[in-house]
Amino acid sequence: MESTKQDAVAIVNTSKQRFRRHKKKKEIEYEEKIPFFKYFKRHYILYLMVLPGIIYFIVFRYVPMLFNIIAFQNYSPYKGIAGSDWVGWMHFKNFFAGKDFAMLLTNTLAISFMNLFIFFPMPIILALLLNEIKHNGYKNIVQTCVYIPHFISLVVVYSLTYLILNESNGVINQLIQAMTGHTVDFLSSKPWFRPILLLQTVWKETGYGTIIFLAALAGVDVQLYEAAEVDGAGRWKKMWHITLPAIKATIITMLILRVGSILNTGYEQIFLLQNSLNRSVSEVFDTYVYKQGITQGSFSYATAVGLFKGIVGTVMVLTVNKIAKKSGEDGLY
Amino acid sequence: MKIFTYKRKGIKGRLSTRVVTGIIYSFCGLCALITLLPFLYIVAGSFATEKELIERAFFLIPSQISWNAYHYIIKTGAIILGIKNSLYLTTVGTIMNMILMTLFAYPLSRRGFRGKNLILNMVILTMLLPVGMIPMFMLIRGIGWYDSYLALTIPGAINAFNMIIIKKFFQGLSLELEDAARIDGASDWKIFRKVALPLSKPVLASITLFTAVGYWNNYFGPMIYLNSQKKYTAQLFLRQIVMTSQGISKDGSLIDWGDFGAPPTVAIRMAATVITTVPILMVYPFVQKHFAKGVMVGSVKG
Repeated sequence: MESTKQDAVAIVNTSKQRFRRHKKKKEIEYEEKIPFFKYFKRHYILYLMVLPGIIYFIVFRYVPMLFNIIAFQNYSPYKGIAGSDWVGWMHFKNFFAGKDFAMLLTNTLAISFMNLFIFFPMPIILALLLNEIKHNGYKNIVQTCVYIPHFISLVVVYSLTYLILNESNGVINQLIQAMTGHTVDFLSSKPWFRPILLLQTVWKETGYGTIIFLAALAGVDVQLYEAAEVDGAGRWKKMWHITLPAIKATIITMLILRVGSILNTGYEQIFLLQNSLNRSVSEVFDTYVYKQGITQGSFSYATAVGLFKGIVGTVMVLTVNKIAKKSGEDGLY
Repeated sequence: MKIFTYKRKGIKGRLSTRVVTGIIYSFCGLCALITLLPFLYIVAGSFATEKELIERAFFLIPSQISWNAYHYIIKTGAIILGIKNSLYLTTVGTIMNMILMTLFAYPLSRRGFRGKNLILNMVILTMLLPVGMIPMFMLIRGIGWYDSYLALTIPGAINAFNMIIIKKFFQGLSLELEDAARIDGASDWKIFRKVALPLSKPVLASITLFTAVGYWNNYFGPMIYLNSQKKYTAQLFLRQIVMTSQGISKDGSLIDWGDFGAPPTVAIRMAATVITTVPILMVYPFVQKHFAKGVMVGSVKG
């Protein structure tokens, strides 16, 4: 869910390009000239293949989208959608007027900005450093190691966090106690929630994030480096004038994608790290929707919150994409 | 600075260059070590005695190897049941998703497939508009799939992005092959089976991996949709085991351990974490060479 919107924009852009290419090569369209029923008769098997997918998209993507109308109702499971009372914008008004809204917005933005400013540069730095390693065997070992956490589940990540940081017998607390005599309550105190969340993200995704930058770096012409070396450029100058410009487009694209999905913090990671003691700094839109809707059963209210988040998300992605294209960046693909 | 740079042409370079190289090499090695350290500690801890875990702060080799934690886990069986369930869910779900996705992607990759743009736009629209957690939950309860694996497999069966990657790969296959097969009298189905599928192994392998990892690691889905303990996946059990000290289960109530007796201790938590991670780590070496390629297919080509 988190990444689908970004991907969608990427696909919209590429399909537009393909369309333009398609227009140029008119001769390819020869098959479209025959009437539809004739084409259908000849290739009915293709339609059979595509049918389950179409049904899937209608039932599991479009029907739930229609269900969003319960945000404007006082939905009761006993009365159903048809029988429930309409309340207009009441749930939205309650949400914006309630005290939770400010907290959710603050927390969501705080976590997003933290990821944007602190986590975002890390894969780039690591990729640049890995790129300096000329010994391929060593490079491979390092890469293999740093990719692994990406494939580990968030529950295991939480479990590791818990086993290392918990107050009674976590490693870190044992060390702190040996040195200072007292312990730190990392897991249920408010000031530690965000740093730990960030640390988890950095540990889990930095290595894997390097792949795309390393791919961009692999595309750089070696002759450029050789020419620069002849001109007397050192390591630093080569990086500044060749390597960084080479991955600039990739960096900007990734940055745009992140800015576009600023309200998406994901549920799992936050949910796992959340407890009643740190709720005031850890509750974000995603976890709030789950709690209001599924745990407490206020379906309509939770749907309203979800719909608000979803629509803001869509608008953000489309806007950022437009800005990117206007400013001459090739865009998001 | 510039005056000295011509000297760098020597094979080993200047001292400062070598120092910087050394720093870069050791920093990267440090990153790899930091990534692995938590795993190594947990593995070591899972074989240690409870006493040692409480007395010593940090170690990578326990002074006394103890299998107690694993014995306990195998005897009580919660996480073993979870792993069985997860394996079943992952296998069935991945196979089904891959079949549905390739079937759907192939016609869309054919030039001149009538209705292609309509279907593609329909798919892309779903990626832009919000579905929402609650409407989805209502739908699944409405059709009676609550507490069933159907709720975890079918609603996510076609990942639009992965489907489009497969479609792009099909599109890139050479048209001459297809034409040759057609002239030899092959039907659309036969071309799909005998030409398109065998040639798409790299991309299908990567997407299969991503789908399988997704299933294995999914926590939120099972947490929302599964209710009966005997259907719980490994991740749900692991979460329970790790959370027991806090004494709460997924819905915030107290956990009744029943047959499992007293709440697990540190070594058992570690062993449970190791056991849940092992299946993924066993797959990793085999697919590592594929996934880098898969990521490229996904991110660079779009």
